[in-house]
Amino acid sequence: MALAKITSIKGSGIHVPGDDIDTDRIIPARFMKCVTFDGLGEYLFHDVKFDQEGSKKKHVLNDPAYNDASILIAGSNFGCGSSREHAPQSLYRAGFRGVIAGNFAEIFFGNSINLGIPCVSMSKANREKLIKLIDADPETEINLDLEELRVTAGALVLPVEIREDARSSLVNGMWDPLDELVSTSSSVEAVAGNLFYR
Amino acid sequence: MTSKNLFQKVWDAHSVGTLANGQTQLFVGRHLIHEVTSPQAFGMLREKGLPVRYPERTFATVDHIVPTNEASEPYSDALADAMIKELRKNCEDTGVTFFDVSSGNQGIVHVVGPEQGLTQPGMTIACGDSHTSTHGAFGAIAFGVGTSQVRDLLATQTMALNPLKVRRIEVNGNLASGVYAKDVILHIIRKLGVNGGTGFAYEYAGTVFDDFSMEERMTACNMSIEGGARVGYVNPDQKTFDYLKGRPYAPTGEHWDLAVDQWKSFSSDHDCKYDDIVLIDASEISPTVTWGINPAQAISIDESIPTTDGVNPTEKESIEEALEYMKLEGGQPIKGTPIDVAFIGSCTNGRLSDLEEVASLIKGHRVKEGIKAIVVPGSQIVSKLAQEKGLDKVFTEAGFEWRNAGCSMCLAMNPDKLVGDQLCASSSNRNFKGRQGSPTGRTMLMSPTMVAAAAICGEISDSRLVFNS
Repeated sequence: MALAKITSIKGSGIHVPGDDIDTDRIIPARFMKCVTFDGLGEYLFHDVKFDQEGSKKKHVLNDPAYNDASILIAGSNFGCGSSREHAPQSLYRAGFRGVIAGNFAEIFFGNSINLGIPCVSMSKANREKLIKLIDADPETEINLDLEELRVTAGALVLPVEIREDARSSLVNGMWDPLDELVSTSSSVEAVAGNLFYR
Repeated sequence: MTSKNLFQKVWDAHSVGTLANGQTQLFVGRHLIHEVTSPQAFGMLREKGLPVRYPERTFATVDHIVPTNEASEPYSDALADAMIKELRKNCEDTGVTFFDVSSGNQGIVHVVGPEQGLTQPGMTIACGDSHTSTHGAFGAIAFGVGTSQVRDLLATQTMALNPLKVRRIEVNGNLASGVYAKDVILHIIRKLGVNGGTGFAYEYAGTVFDDFSMEERMTACNMSIEGGARVGYVNPDQKTFDYLKGRPYAPTGEHWDLAVDQWKSFSSDHDCKYDDIVLIDASEISPTVTWGINPAQAISIDESIPTTDGVNPTEKESIEEALEYMKLEGGQPIKGTPIDVAFIGSCTNGRLSDLEEVASLIKGHRVKEGIKAIVVPGSQIVSKLAQEKGLDKVFTEAGFEWRNAGCSMCLAMNPDKLVGDQLCASSSNRNFKGRQGSPTGRTMLMSPTMVAAAAICGEISDSRLVFNS
């Protein structure tokens, strides 16, 4: 089955404040006691959203104005820590289709691209402009354009960056590499055969 | 021939080709799996009707969810029980070797790989766990990966990756007494930041790393990812070879000598290029403790908790958030912070030498009343060797609980958890919010010896004074 060509993501946004948001914060380890990824969306940012008694904390993630948000805006080093793919899986299952941040931890970035979730970097000054706009009107449509490498929202046109290999995989519908990796089996066998160990 | 560093040599030897998007298809010689990040990958393979291509190159163990005070199945946690059974079945169905709890070889995947001799110089290794960088201690290039990549590896033994830049971090001089590998890596992360290593492999070198034992090298490489570096390694040397000789999966007979020659050839060439070089003076490093909510928020035991005076607005925000969460006050000495729990274990510091070092110091001391102190060996083999040396008795006589092998309270996917806002002196690797199982639980990272000192005094203490070392 051909994968979708992801050339742009359109939707409203939500800003989750703070730098260095780790994958334990995105999905606490106790929710990884599962053998499938189904249902993980429910636990996205669980301990950010709920207190020990299970009551909702005062946090933007609990604000109904942002219920339909599909683009997450975050600080720098987003997704650091554990390699758990449960983190982007829970983002996706909670309805997020793209992330705009200062920059990303490497494993999280790769995991997200493999699921077809574009992760783009934007300068702090420009993120602040974007955040101001969605704070004023949470329904503002954000258009994350991977062909032009820019975000447009209201009157704003803001440049973003993403590694070219990731961008190319997304826009060409090749973000899941499995089929391509399977197709080279004879070259794989040659490399395996030449290795000094078995 | 142009000279190369170890990363480039290993990368080149395992490159299959260039993919359409420009990434490299990299062959991975050893694939390690565990119960948390592999079941979905096996599920995806079944969905696609793909077999495991090289089952003999994948090895499994169970570590994250195993209870450490409950030996028999079914486990009282039904979810944990389902996970171990799923892994067991997946291994049986596909022919993957499983170091099951009944084998005597089970343990934390990053302890088991080296102790079985599966981890060898010049290899590429991957595991669905960010602390896979541990295996770099042997001069392997070891990547933490996500579950989709676990799937790719099971199906093809390859994955799509970009090459990394290489930063050489040389630590030269002599470490003071009471300063350990854990302090060295916490110091490096403090200096270079939690994302300073993004896009880099860290090559650790210098006289301190030359002098380190293999287990100390593993402790340092383990936390590379805490500095943002997906890969960390040390060039292989005689210590590496001596450690491997005679291990179950190490080469034997005539293969051994050939392997050693090969291994040596992977070392970074003397005149090779690095993308960056950082020099650190060993004498700057003291016993180090984290005070905040990421591993770079660390200070030496003699320092005071940072204040927001004179820092930039971004840093101010992050200090304030950390102090609020940790319930600490800026400007106060870190020494004397009361603790509730002490945890010795994890893939960072749960090896035999860690337990031996602490046991050699705590004789005649007792864990302070009211402190819960647990020791969790990194593997069943570590546990067995420690018991043969009587270390379990030394610990229990001092008031520590002696547990079965597993990840335990490092990330609390098993019953070992903090409760409420308990503060834990921990030899593990992450002090993130909620990391040790309670959403308000607090973690301070330090060496096992510093954890023991805190357990004995009931507060963060200078182990050099507690143990007169």
